[in-house]
Amino acid sequence: MALLQIAEPGLSAAPHQHRLAVGIDLGTTNSLVASVISGVTTVMPDEAGKMLLPSVVRYGDEAGAITVGYAAQAEQVTDPRNTIVSVKRFMGRQLADLTASGSTPYELLDTPGMLSLNTRAGAKSPVEVSAEILRALRNRAEASLGGELVGAVITVPAYFDDAQRQATKDAAKLAGLNVLRLLNEPTAAAIAYGLDNASEGTFAIYDLGGGTFDISILKLTRGVFEVLATSGDAALGGDDFDHRIADWMRAEIGLETQTPQDTRLLMALARRAKESLSNAASTVIRGELADGRAFSLELARAQFESMTRDLIGRSLAPVRKALRDAGVTAEDVDGVVMVGGSTRMPQVQEAVAKLFGRAPLNNLNPDEVVALGAAVQANILAGNRGTGDDWLLLDVCPLSLGLETMGGLVEKIIPRNSTIPTARAQEFTTFKDGQTAMAIHVLQGERELVADCRSLARFDLRGIPPMVAGAARIRVTFQIDADGLLSVAAREMISGVEAQIQVKPSYGLSDEQVAGMLMDAFGKADTDMATRMLREAQVDARRLLDATEAALAENGHALLSHDEYARVQQALYALAEALESENDTAALKRVTEGLNAASTTFAERRMDASIRSALAGTLLTELSA
Amino acid sequence: MITVSEKAARHVQKSLAKRGGGIGLRLAVKTSGCSGLAYSLEFVDQPEAEDQLFESNGVTIVIDPKSHVFLDGTELDFVREGLNEGFKFNNPNAKAACGCGESFAV
Repeated sequence: MALLQIAEPGLSAAPHQHRLAVGIDLGTTNSLVASVISGVTTVMPDEAGKMLLPSVVRYGDEAGAITVGYAAQAEQVTDPRNTIVSVKRFMGRQLADLTASGSTPYELLDTPGMLSLNTRAGAKSPVEVSAEILRALRNRAEASLGGELVGAVITVPAYFDDAQRQATKDAAKLAGLNVLRLLNEPTAAAIAYGLDNASEGTFAIYDLGGGTFDISILKLTRGVFEVLATSGDAALGGDDFDHRIADWMRAEIGLETQTPQDTRLLMALARRAKESLSNAASTVIRGELADGRAFSLELARAQFESMTRDLIGRSLAPVRKALRDAGVTAEDVDGVVMVGGSTRMPQVQEAVAKLFGRAPLNNLNPDEVVALGAAVQANILAGNRGTGDDWLLLDVCPLSLGLETMGGLVEKIIPRNSTIPTARAQEFTTFKDGQTAMAIHVLQGERELVADCRSLARFDLRGIPPMVAGAARIRVTFQIDADGLLSVAAREMISGVEAQIQVKPSYGLSDEQVAGMLMDAFGKADTDMATRMLREAQVDARRLLDATEAALAENGHALLSHDEYARVQQALYALAEALESENDTAALKRVTEGLNAASTTFAERRMDASIRSALAGTLLTELSA
Repeated sequence: MITVSEKAARHVQKSLAKRGGGIGLRLAVKTSGCSGLAYSLEFVDQPEAEDQLFESNGVTIVIDPKSHVFLDGTELDFVREGLNEGFKFNNPNAKAACGCGESFAV
């Protein structure tokens, strides 16, 4: 059973139309998925309560055994060639692009368009590997939110070029995710802090991750972020700080040769020491080497700071360069956002504060801030936030889009003023027994009747397996991309048959025409509603007529006495007549109710009969099992 | 009369605090869904003149008179099912619920 979440006033989704959308931080080292749940933006943990998913994919021994995250990371040392880490560095890259960037444990193949990695499972492109990470996040999100996602906002570094962005989109598609938008990581961080609520300003995003450092200067104008400059150091991150502590430990212990276990132990201890020094003035490091030697060392924060001072200095040079490139000075910056776990180190905070002459923003978890911003954006793009909020200036669709349902009525799928890009889906079903096709008529406008709306396109979904009326589940998805292109897809969920069409809905409509259509709709709201009620009553009456007629023909004489049969038939004729002539909704409903009442006994007997035939020949003992 | 379980109340308070505004929670019933009527749950910034207000476990529940007919006696609970957690209506008036639990009939 679906559990409910709290919506913004007036924005509750109708059943089965929850617009579940997530933000995904597809990181080099770790990835996260976040969503806005009951108005609170939160990162979604896995079953073990872990927020981060290591961006590691392993192609295992057995055919098709693919592990992602911590399980894959555990095999990194034993099976390096088939355990892909930091695949993000390869996204959209060709082999020729990589020559300068050092060695990797992988067997890289020069495939057209993009390099690929030769693994036990065959050649895998970085897109396929990333798709595995995204699929894991998607599954986690769908399990947490209890439904299918309508889309995701995925973050990419501001410096990603078109090929890298396209590769990210392809990976999402492969993972079955609908990309609402790719968002620059620094922009996502700024959104998480609500910096977009100011009308304008210049912001610096200082992102020191595990292995990379990025600095971006953003300019906000009328609600839209523009990346003025980016810079960074692809080989500077928290790991370098760990190495410094490990080196110091080696010197203190007097360790000359070390086993791989010692190396791993020292790195793990160094990392823990670094983390505790963010909150304490000094820390004690205890451990035991492979040869049995135990050691205990005390490290003061001041010592740690002096041994890593040059690393901080290395991050400040790109900051100055980015400021210069952006044509702004440190004083022009209205806010500095800290991103990445390494920015928890007090000396990083101090150095940044000193350079910009202001305290950086750091009250959100620096590991999560990018995913949180992406989730906020995804929530808006999916249409879950009020138009009252003065949000990112986005295009809106001027008129509602919908499709024709029985009775010549229009069911609106995307309401007007929805920000685009957007995607909405709704399920429909068949009206007649054995119906094998469905005509999808795409309409634009605010009126209730097909005749009063503008017809945009028609297509048929064929090949629906014959079923009783109402059993088929046809999911119709309306999607408008950033260019205003509408695509409508219909899919029968049981058999998987599918059909779709693309239209450009705003084509050929002037502003005056749009305004005219809107005024028309407001002026006729009452009569439209009344007509809709009547048409719905007619559709209900028709459905009951058809069903009763079919039932009477099947076993009416067998189950009903002559008198009873006559009474049902009389009510049936009365309804058939009312359906032809009656224009009063209440009166038609009364006659429909009349047939309903007249056929109740018949319906009960049919039920009994079908149970009897289902149970005939079954032993009582089998039944109780 | 509408009540809120202690657990649900805690989550509502948390959501309201994070949202940074709103006086309470609106419970409503809309005519749609696969079993006729559907629940909705929204934040409230400003109650309407005809709304009824209830207080339970420190949470203000706002409900319009039409919805109240269908919801009288309901307890709002917060439950966890695997990774998924959310609010659940324990409604004594509901006679039939669709499989998904989002809509019901009286």
